[in-house]
Amino acid sequence: MLTVFLGGLLIYCSFEFPLWGDPNSPASTHVSPYYIENTLEDTSVPNIVTAVLADYRGYDTMFETVVIFTAGIACIFLLRTFKTVDPDIRLYRHIPTGITLRIEKGGKFPEDSSHFERLDTVWIPYGLIVKTTCRLVIPFIQIFALYVIAHGHYSPGGGFQGGVIMGASLVLYAIAFDLRSAIRRVSERLITLLCTLGVFIYAGTGILCMLFEKNYLDYSALANIFGVDPVSARSHGILIVEIGVGIVVMAVMVILYYILASAGKHDEGL
Amino acid sequence: MIWQIELIILAIVIICSISALAVKDLLSAAILFGAYSFMMCLLWAIMGAVDVAFTEASVGAGISTVLFVAAVFQTSRRSKD
Repeated sequence: MLTVFLGGLLIYCSFEFPLWGDPNSPASTHVSPYYIENTLEDTSVPNIVTAVLADYRGYDTMFETVVIFTAGIACIFLLRTFKTVDPDIRLYRHIPTGITLRIEKGGKFPEDSSHFERLDTVWIPYGLIVKTTCRLVIPFIQIFALYVIAHGHYSPGGGFQGGVIMGASLVLYAIAFDLRSAIRRVSERLITLLCTLGVFIYAGTGILCMLFEKNYLDYSALANIFGVDPVSARSHGILIVEIGVGIVVMAVMVILYYILASAGKHDEGL
Repeated sequence: MIWQIELIILAIVIICSISALAVKDLLSAAILFGAYSFMMCLLWAIMGAVDVAFTEASVGAGISTVLFVAAVFQTSRRSKD
């Protein structure tokens, strides 16, 4: 009853809003015209959204990145369990014959040689078609992710989306094979390092701008480093910052998946 | 934009959101939430916010559904009590 009342109140209030796309509404009278008229001259970036996100509102995006970074670190602190408890049952596959061995607690586990492959007990992904398809598709997904990051100046996209797609390709690898082989490829240490590296790239770009006696995150200060005029330097600065954001988002997505899929144990999982 | 399509998508958004709250099974709720995100992404695209639509498609419909499913995978199907 209260919910219906509050919902009705919200809908009633929304009639007071300015019309959609109204040129006289407060949102499009103060600062939006400046962005629309001057973005191309200021930064030589055709996509206004990217320019606003990474250049005019650079602080905002930096702290968004820090929020994502903090979320990943908090997940590690809260959910990761470092105490290794041996599972009751382990499954191994003898590769030459394809026979599955079931070894209970107390039994002798075969060494992880080229003959034995450990399987998940909870969920056994053994599909040749799935594995081969994913192996074929994953490089294209990753190239698309890099394209989204690098092409954010001209089309929709940017660090967040590209980073998520990049993370999704690694998650796809972990689903199609298993979690242990994904961790063997991209270890926990590496992914945590990448997570901090991304924030470091973003904040470091800002500090680099300060070293050239400009404001924090004023990329036109980087003109001397790139050897271009200040306007293109802002465009290049946006690209560097987007790469930093992409690395953070990719790393945090993979961290979250590793932890959630294995209940913090990084051993067996989805 | 054709207003019929907008209306259909808006109806699907509302249906998906209500059923994602109402359904008992957690896995179904996760999948319904993914469908909801994808329909929201179409709505953003219709309203001309292409960047937001892209983010919604990759984050909402893509990775968050996977994370939900991974979290649901750790729960048991039926409650113990």
